[in-house]
Amino acid sequence: MTSYKHDDNSVVVIIGSGAGGGTLANELCQQGVKVVLLEAGRRQSIGTFINDEWAAFSQLTWNDKRTTSGSWRVARDFPNLPAWICKTVGGTTTHWAGASLRFQEHEFRARSVYGGLAGANLLDWPLTLQELEPYYARAEDKMGVTRTNDIPGLPGNNNFKVFYNGATKIGYGATTGRMAINSQPRANRASCQQFGFCFQGCKTGAKWSTLYTEIPAAEETGRLELREGCHVARIEHDAAGKATGVVYFDANGKEQRQKARVVCVAGNAIETPRLLLMSASAKFPDGLANSSGQVGRNYMRHTTGSVYATFEQPVHMYRGTTMAGIVQDEAHLDTKRGFVGGYELETLSLGLPFMAAFLDPGGWGKGFAEAMDNYVNMAGLWIVGEDMPQESNRITLHATEKDQWGLPVPDVHYDDHPNDIAMRRHAYRQSTALYEAVGAKKVYEVPPYPSTHNLGTCRMSARPRDGVVNKWGQTHDVPNLFISDGSQYTTGATENPTLTIVTLAIRQAEYIARQMKSRSL
Amino acid sequence: MSEHPVSLGALAQPRVSRRAFLKGSGLLVGTLWASSSVLLALAPSPSWALELKSLDQASATALLQFCRRIFPHDKLDDAVYALVVKELDEAAAKSAETRTLLTEGVAGLNRAAGGNWAAAPVEKKDAVTASLAGTPFFRKVQGTAVVALYNNEMAFAHFGYEGNAFQHGGGYLMRGFNDLKWLPNPTVQASPAAFGV
Repeated sequence: MTSYKHDDNSVVVIIGSGAGGGTLANELCQQGVKVVLLEAGRRQSIGTFINDEWAAFSQLTWNDKRTTSGSWRVARDFPNLPAWICKTVGGTTTHWAGASLRFQEHEFRARSVYGGLAGANLLDWPLTLQELEPYYARAEDKMGVTRTNDIPGLPGNNNFKVFYNGATKIGYGATTGRMAINSQPRANRASCQQFGFCFQGCKTGAKWSTLYTEIPAAEETGRLELREGCHVARIEHDAAGKATGVVYFDANGKEQRQKARVVCVAGNAIETPRLLLMSASAKFPDGLANSSGQVGRNYMRHTTGSVYATFEQPVHMYRGTTMAGIVQDEAHLDTKRGFVGGYELETLSLGLPFMAAFLDPGGWGKGFAEAMDNYVNMAGLWIVGEDMPQESNRITLHATEKDQWGLPVPDVHYDDHPNDIAMRRHAYRQSTALYEAVGAKKVYEVPPYPSTHNLGTCRMSARPRDGVVNKWGQTHDVPNLFISDGSQYTTGATENPTLTIVTLAIRQAEYIARQMKSRSL
Repeated sequence: MSEHPVSLGALAQPRVSRRAFLKGSGLLVGTLWASSSVLLALAPSPSWALELKSLDQASATALLQFCRRIFPHDKLDDAVYALVVKELDEAAAKSAETRTLLTEGVAGLNRAAGGNWAAAPVEKKDAVTASLAGTPFFRKVQGTAVVALYNNEMAFAHFGYEGNAFQHGGGYLMRGFNDLKWLPNPTVQASPAAFGV
């Protein structure tokens, strides 16, 4: 087991082991860099994952206290659970469904293409699709994305059959999509056995997760020290404004200080800005790397919602991959629909326990009971679309509430933008038409779940005054401090974010290793 | 407790313990309905009992009837609703505040029903239930029930959810993940054949 001393200031410290941090750790180790990877959660395995929704939720979810504000319905339904993301080695790659779609070219130029939209804090990415393409290709190969690299698509389940037929009838095309789930054995991982518990941790390892790909690969190099159960409280810096290390609570609750040559933050888009804000100092009174004032702002979560429909005959939607099919016919830009940006429709299923929890939070009575009575005859899909960045949608430190470490809890504030509302309405209408085309008896428009796509709170910008990091994820203010997760997103795009987070991490690792070699870092 | 805790969840076969008598606390008992064939197949005995830790029998019965009106599944056996009562009873045993909330809530139900909530006709029960929506008592029972009622093997059997795939035969690749017959199959481009099948 590799282990580094706390005062070893030659290591790169990465905070968070999910799609961004876990990938970055491996990519750096492969290039000879020494890495200390701090993960707040504990290590599970495909052997310890549980095919039980509530039990797995307790095992994997980030359940530390958070508060919510704003007019989004999540604040009412789940006031202390704004996000459904993970606190475990592998982060939310243990829980994600696997959809792996590249951005569209225009989505990197949202400000230029969508124009100035009232209330939206749009900005172009300092990056193009062309620049990212080679890294997208590497990410797809690494993750084993179906329908790339000659990997066949996955077989569709019953939920997909309903979705496909409805989609076809209303003029859409549906396929089983590009998924980071093995459709055949690959990279020493098995093929999908259609358990139907993708959200609870994949029991065969067919679904890509840093837990059993990137992290063990990094450990094999002998350059990675993974420290689990370690919650970072602040990042420290010297008089010159360079990061010197991090202070964290270890698995025994003991405060530790790890020195570092470079610090990379990948705690997901709530914890990452929270950590920068908690690292405020005399030199950085508004929070570390926050000269722009944009740390924590422009919080995006995708314009989501679900539609479930009941039929005369059985579906058994819970059998097989949780996200089994994708329609991209509304993903393009067409302002004639009454909104900018686009959305995907992706099949989704919930087991009986989570259907009860999420169908209509707070709901009860005959209508609710009738929906549950028809559970076996139900099909479902999820809407994922681009939401608008707004300065007032933001992560702040709560004035009085503290977590188990005595640290201020993050508050997550979100209001839908009128564009988000128009898009969701359109998507509900189209999804209803899709299911009615194949004989739906009743259609249920289900409100957004707590956010799994958390983005934009340390956004990338060409100019330091517009955002927090440059095109490499390097903070404008602190040269040896990087943001390595979805917080970097300048705008949200419509696609599920994991593939792009992994792509950016591969590219960032090259940059960091190069800069370290040339002694620029 | 039952020797078959998995199949019948937390409910025991009837067995009145000496301790229960001494404490004067109650026992909620029932018999699986003849129509509950899927549950009868799971259960070691058609009779069930819940030994109460904090609430009395009348309150437990009233709460069970209240759950039945919040989530009215007319064909779902009382034995499943009793699992909600079990959760509420345990919460009451742990917290005096919760116990007060529940016992005062039950008193309110009786008052609103003109004396005996549990014996009131369904229409009356539904009107009373609707009048309480949003109150802390209602929210406590609803919030407990929305988890406990649907997160157990009996509910899974009743509603037709197959639960833990890993324990019950593995993935659905060879057992019905794409067995839907009432719609045409997708093209192989949209949905390729499964590996090894």
